[in-house]
Amino acid sequence: MSNQSPSDGSTARIGRTPMPEQDPKVRARNFKEVPLGFTPDMAMREASRCLHCKKPLCREGCPVGVPIPDFLALVAKGDFAAAAEKVKETNALPAVCGRVCPQENQCEGRCLLGKKFEPVAIGRCERFVADYQRETGRISVPKKAASNGQKIAVVGAGPSGLTVAGDMILAGYEVTLFDALHKPGGVLMYGIPEFRLPKAIVEAEIASLEKLGVEIRCNSLIGKTITVDELIRDEGFDAVFVGVGAGLPTFLGIPGEDLGNVCSANEYLTRSNLMKGYRFPEYDTPVIRGKNVCVVGGGNVAMDAARSALRLGADTVKIVYRRSEAELPARAEEVHHAKEEGVEFLLLTNPIELLGDDRGQVRAMRVQKMELGEPDASGRRRPIPIPGSEDEFDTDLVVIAAGSRANPVLTHHTENLELSKKGYIVATESGRTSKPGVWAGGDIVTGAATVILAMGAGRTASKDMDTWLKSGKEGWL
Amino acid sequence: MIPIVSNRELAPNIYEMVVENRILARRARAGQFLIVMPDDHGERIPLTIADYDVEAGTVTMVIMAIGTSTRKLVKLGPGDSLYAMLGPLGNASEIENYGTVIMVAGGVGAAPIYPIARALSEAGNRVITIQGSRNKGLLFWVDKLASVSSEHIITTDDGSFGRKALVTEPLRELLEKETVGCVYTIGPAIMMKFCAETVRPFGVRTIASLNSIMIDGTGMCGGCRVRVGGETKFTCVDGPEFDALAIDWSIATARQKSFCEAEKCSLDRYIELNGTK
Ligand SMILES: Cc1cc2nc3c(=O)[nH]c(=O)nc-3n(C[C@H](O)[C@H](O)[C@H](O)COP(=O)(O)OP(=O)(O)OC[C@H]3O[C@@H](n4cnc5c(N)ncnc54)[C@H](O)[C@@H]3O)c2cc1C
Ligand SMILES: Cc1cc2nc3c(=O)[nH]c(=O)nc-3n(C[C@H](O)[C@H](O)[C@H](O)COP(=O)(O)OP(=O)(O)OC[C@H]3O[C@@H](n4cnc5c(N)ncnc54)[C@H](O)[C@@H]3O)c2cc1C
Ligand code: SF4
Ligand code: FES
Repeated sequence: MSNQSPSDGSTARIGRTPMPEQDPKVRARNFKEVPLGFTPDMAMREASRCLHCKKPLCREGCPVGVPIPDFLALVAKGDFAAAAEKVKETNALPAVCGRVCPQENQCEGRCLLGKKFEPVAIGRCERFVADYQRETGRISVPKKAASNGQKIAVVGAGPSGLTVAGDMILAGYEVTLFDALHKPGGVLMYGIPEFRLPKAIVEAEIASLEKLGVEIRCNSLIGKTITVDELIRDEGFDAVFVGVGAGLPTFLGIPGEDLGNVCSANEYLTRSNLMKGYRFPEYDTPVIRGKNVCVVGGGNVAMDAARSALRLGADTVKIVYRRSEAELPARAEEVHHAKEEGVEFLLLTNPIELLGDDRGQVRAMRVQKMELGEPDASGRRRPIPIPGSEDEFDTDLVVIAAGSRANPVLTHHTENLELSKKGYIVATESGRTSKPGVWAGGDIVTGAATVILAMGAGRTASKDMDTWLKSGKEGWL
Repeated sequence: MIPIVSNRELAPNIYEMVVENRILARRARAGQFLIVMPDDHGERIPLTIADYDVEAGTVTMVIMAIGTSTRKLVKLGPGDSLYAMLGPLGNASEIENYGTVIMVAGGVGAAPIYPIARALSEAGNRVITIQGSRNKGLLFWVDKLASVSSEHIITTDDGSFGRKALVTEPLRELLEKETVGCVYTIGPAIMMKFCAETVRPFGVRTIASLNSIMIDGTGMCGGCRVRVGGETKFTCVDGPEFDALAIDWSIATARQKSFCEAEKCSLDRYIELNGTK
């Protein structure tokens, strides 16, 4: 181990420490995690590249303001447990975020070193310290405020809900966490595959919430099993946080989309991840094992579906995306990994029809080539079809990863809850909804976004909830 | 975990299981369903809420043991519990006074049709039930259905009980001689489709309860989608009941077949590990 002073920056110029990874050919056929993680030496080496800027841009780029240079200094010194505690001051789930945050658009995208050299691998260091702490069992038990007897209901056990549950239990409240599925974790459990986020990590986070005293009630579809209004009126909850995500798949609306063997990425990934379909028939839920798979879309969800398809035995996997490489919304690392593993990218290509066989199952996809025109409302250049460019190819499984929208089950069964035109919950900066005592945050407010933004929204809401409850429920909007 | 109160065989391979679930019993309405997982390696499968008892806090399901999940379920009994149960799901039946209603139940469809027939009868309808079965031995809940019907017609394919006919025959005769406000049809897809075709010329409102393949049952995956009147609908949140005359039956049945091979593979393995029962 080096004993370098953390602030001399002499190692800044040396390249970014590469992440050891499973070989692409091998990993494309297994569900084990792809990046193997830094060793302590690698972490110290990488952290010592940090320049300790006076005005750290990295921290500004972090949606929850992790004290990045401070934690990197502790890593460089080899004090990993302390480094992990530092990160946890503002980020409750560093083992998750270190793996799934789009660092290139956040901390690493702003890192000063990146202007001339490569940015510090902040995400990899974050992952390292969190893993170190979990694996060595050096997790300090956080101090819990004395119980105040007030009851909080958290609806949805995704990153936003988990954050609120953790914050509020530590602040002395009684917390019950409800989720519709049979396992908590939200997208971390049902969406993101094992090879990118091992489920044991999510389970460990949830177990520690339970150890702190959070009561978890799965199999509770709020709006159907019990409503938000009943939670407040009949079950005596003093405040409710709604973090139900954006769980409604979008389809393309093209002919043939309702054929068999055409599914949403949510279905495909839920079967594979949550239901463990990748271990079928040991687990009972099957997942279609296509030989020539087409995945429509260019985000993280599409990459996860495409890479899962390879691991489920596909011979060819195509990503069909209507814009160009520059517009791919997925994390850079996922695109890179997908390519290494052999996923083909059909860019500037839009599906226009799916064709079926005599059993009503999909057999081919018709596509059209696109070119980029003027920027649209999202600021990205609008794809325009090129006439006469139609093409067709065979496929036996089409996965649609074209985004998700607000699921109406809870919102339509809650009285006086203001919704946007698209069905998302309208909430203030601090997460207050139009309904007194009810906060909301995460994807159900912002639309499909990121894990860290959902966690940030949870943290903001918890603080405001605590203030409101301590003030004796004074005032609302 | 959901404790099982009782489980008995009603007819060969058809079981009536009663479980304890207070919240669900209180909330359940005719026409709704639930999702169960037999164990932690199991599938999430939808089953209709065939009956519920608010006071006892119990819910009744009638299960036809066909594949791995349903066989796993029916093997369980008092003392065992189910790993997970979610519900009530889907929309409740619209219970109105239609005057005369014909309820067509095929096979295990007799179970889901019972709470709807009861509710319609309580709402003042004249309920005529047509219960179809392959043979006498597979009939169940005959008395129960009769108790909520003004008229109860039984048909069997082989004539071993009641009338030797398909359910569509008495259905057509009734439509020809009576003013009917509504027809309900629950059973195998093919039967529901033929009921819809039988009613179409009479222009009577016809409702079918679809049994699409599901996973979450919350509108999250879209696996249960069907085409109804040219629109894509999710059976779990928009249904399970739809206008039978507007359902695209070819898509509904095709989507039912996507997992045939996997289901067979799973069942073969199950039989190898557990024997045929
Ligand atoms: C496949 C996939 C890959 C992704 N990859 C990344 C990535 O790499 N990096 C990144 O930052 N983000 C990624 N995202 C996005 C990120 O996961 C989400 O933005 C984030 O999980 C949103 O968190 P949330 O708390 O709002 O809700 P969710 O994680 O969506 O969880 C919501 C929970 O609420 C439950 N629920 C819903 N309705 C009800 C109800 N009525 N009653 C009770 N419970 C209910 C659901 O079962 C679910 O468990 C990905 C998303 C997907 C789908
Ligand atoms: C709303 C609804 C209500 C239902 N009510 C009842 C009921 O009251 N009693 C009853 O016996 N059955 C009912 N079913 C059907 C029942 O869910 C299936 O028989 C069961 O899932 C079969 O599982 P399996 O593993 O035993 O059989 P498998 O071997 O897996 O499949 C046998 C057949 O069942 C269907 N099926 C398979 N998996 C599913 C799934 N996850 N969801 C739905 N269908 C599937 C397929 O068409 C398949 O061909 C209902 C289905 C729906 C959608
Ligand atoms: S911007 Fe980069 S170099 Fe500067 S403090 Fe942050 S991580 Fe270190
Ligand atoms: S079962 Fe998933 S949306 Fe209906």
